[in-house]
Amino acid sequence: MPHLENTVLCRESQVSTLQSLFGERHHFSFPSIFIYGHTASGKTYVTQTLLKTLELPHVFVNCVECFTLRLLLEQILNKLNHLSSSEGEYSTQITCETFNDFVRLFKQITKAESLKDQTVYIVLDKAEYLRDMEAYLLPGFLRLQELTDRNVTVIFLSEIVWEKFRPNTGCFEPFVLYFPDYSIGNLQKILSHDHPPEYSADFYAAYINILLGVFYTVCRDLKELRHLAVLNFPKYCEPVVKGEASERDTRKLWRNIEPHLKKAMQTVYLREISSSQWEKLQKDDTDPGQLKGLSAYTHVELPYYSKFILIAAYLASYNPARTDKRFFLKHHGKIKKTNFLKKHEKITSLVTLQLLTLVGHDDQLDGPKYKCTVSLDFIRAIARTVNFDIIKYLYDFL
Amino acid sequence: MSSRKSKSNNLIQAEYLSQAQRILRERFCHQSPHSNLFGVQVQYKHLIELLKRTAIHGESNSVLIIGPRGSGKTMLINHALKELMEVEEVSENVLQVHLNGLLQINDKIALKEITRQLNLENVVGDKVFGSFAENLSFLLEALKKGDRTSSCPVIFILDEFDLFAHHKNQTLLYNLFDISQSAQTPVAIIGLTCRLSLSEDRNVRDVLQKHFNVSKSLRSLHTLLMLALNRVTPSHPFMTAADLMEANQLCSMDSKANIVHGLSVLEICLIIAMKHLNDIYEEEPFNFQMVYNEFQKFVQRKAHSVYNFEKPVVMKAFEHLQQLELIRPMERTSVNAQREYQLMKLLLDNTQIMNALQKYPNCPTDVRQWATSSLSWL
Repeated sequence: MPHLENTVLCRESQVSTLQSLFGERHHFSFPSIFIYGHTASGKTYVTQTLLKTLELPHVFVNCVECFTLRLLLEQILNKLNHLSSSEGEYSTQITCETFNDFVRLFKQITKAESLKDQTVYIVLDKAEYLRDMEAYLLPGFLRLQELTDRNVTVIFLSEIVWEKFRPNTGCFEPFVLYFPDYSIGNLQKILSHDHPPEYSADFYAAYINILLGVFYTVCRDLKELRHLAVLNFPKYCEPVVKGEASERDTRKLWRNIEPHLKKAMQTVYLREISSSQWEKLQKDDTDPGQLKGLSAYTHVELPYYSKFILIAAYLASYNPARTDKRFFLKHHGKIKKTNFLKKHEKITSLVTLQLLTLVGHDDQLDGPKYKCTVSLDFIRAIARTVNFDIIKYLYDFL
Repeated sequence: MSSRKSKSNNLIQAEYLSQAQRILRERFCHQSPHSNLFGVQVQYKHLIELLKRTAIHGESNSVLIIGPRGSGKTMLINHALKELMEVEEVSENVLQVHLNGLLQINDKIALKEITRQLNLENVVGDKVFGSFAENLSFLLEALKKGDRTSSCPVIFILDEFDLFAHHKNQTLLYNLFDISQSAQTPVAIIGLTCRLSLSEDRNVRDVLQKHFNVSKSLRSLHTLLMLALNRVTPSHPFMTAADLMEANQLCSMDSKANIVHGLSVLEICLIIAMKHLNDIYEEEPFNFQMVYNEFQKFVQRKAHSVYNFEKPVVMKAFEHLQQLELIRPMERTSVNAQREYQLMKLLLDNTQIMNALQKYPNCPTDVRQWATSSLSWL
């Protein structure tokens, strides 16, 4: 299939296995197929593209979206109904509350002219969430062909291995298919494929090479790498655009982009700043050295009493309640002295800085409860600035 | 031979192949019944006789068919029913009700389904009217009205029988068996289950599995043959030994090893750090901070500064391993504990890790050496 080869790269073997599993339109296929592999290894993309290109009747459902039994079953039935009805014909919304009704309605819908005598495919993406739903759902879907006595095949897509799905009492074993991870060569090929037309393929390929050099040891997720490639390309092109270098000055371009990519790893890769913030920073041409991800903050300029409130909050959050007396008789005095109103303001500002979070409902009658959400390294740094040896007061360090 | 003749020969060949594929796929995928019953002739004879006694002579009976998954229970009963229905006197009189524990998950739904399949008077189209109590009494009335001589025998087939036994008060089963004992409409109750006892006795189940090992692999044989069958096309019309070998390879992959194959180098390093912790502390649970410290011991050696990533980046890799279920928290995330200090367990053993490392593409030598060294300060 030449058309497919251009849209689906580096997955020829998987495409051909799937095609031969599907077989001819009116033949039976295996009742259930379980496809597993890392995220962004092409499972969803290949399955969808193949079913669409071959024009096989199929329904695609995401188990994260349809997180209850009813949502899942109704979506499948309604999409199927939509497939079977002709153009422009209005079909009423189907409601379905139980799996028993689902099987009954499924049998009815698949009697339609456009669906009978062909294998109907139901694709359940993010299938690992099925394990958290009703216990009979997974075994039921695995045997749907037998239960409905129709030519239907259910395809499960997941990044979790099949052994973690199998129920204790056993079930109908699906056909397990593995989608291997992309090699570095594959990644290079796929990422270089979306080079913008204004620049040459070689120029973009060199950029991808540098990107992979920085990120490959840490991350192999195609989606993340693609996102990073798009975000950082303008910065890479900057010297060329400004006229400071030509497209072939690899050393200069590398020197320009490499520290920038390293900074990206500490910030936008960790989602500590958003992609739009990152793009804005590039446009404003701020020195990336000034930028710090939130977790890289080793100290924050807080007023004196706020620091103590934070330290107290940390101790309260992580020491067991019964040890409080032992540690706190001395400090009680210090906190009591401050004005109540000021204390409330300081607490609200700590919450805004996300150093404290509200726990429980805000309509609790006995006052709001907070929890300190900073890490040990952070609080130690703060404690150091006020000469308070916090370690002495932490239960876990006794 | 003219090209036209060879072309039509090819078409005919393709047509034959297509037919062959269709038949084989029906057998492997759809479990179509065919005439041969291997290894269950005795059971079959017993079953068909019992069914005939109910259908023709009006005697009530109950049977529980027990066997592990894939041992041919459903096939057996379908075959028996098919033969039974070929008797003229039977096909006009006998009613069948097919229930499955996966579908009728409580007695209310089961009752409605029975009513629907028997097409009693409180059914209009697909809808069954009445409450649970009303349906039950209606059904019992309908079945009680009869006697051995004048009413239609009903055959109830309950697949995944053990699930029905878990319904509240076992109302349905109680009532069905009650009818079969009393002199009312003749009923045959056929239960199919893969559980030996209706309790969770693992040892008994394991023994049964071992005993039925040959039958168990019939299904995996089907899978293997399906995979090989997939390679048959008009251009490659005969299955070869190579096809079967390749199919076998695909069947016997170790799935966890496959997942480890796709991890990044940083994630592999974390797994090695966990392996070392398991070796030193004899499989005691660990937390992220401990793994990070162990990893730092490796990083701080002079040549390894390339692995000196920021702590949050290492944390993201650790969380990816958790998402893939290669590591698991010991208990549910409590509100009090911070993520870095939550205790975890590694779900890979040393053999799996070392095998996976062998196959890991472009594994840096120093990482591989670190994995094999038993003393981490070397």
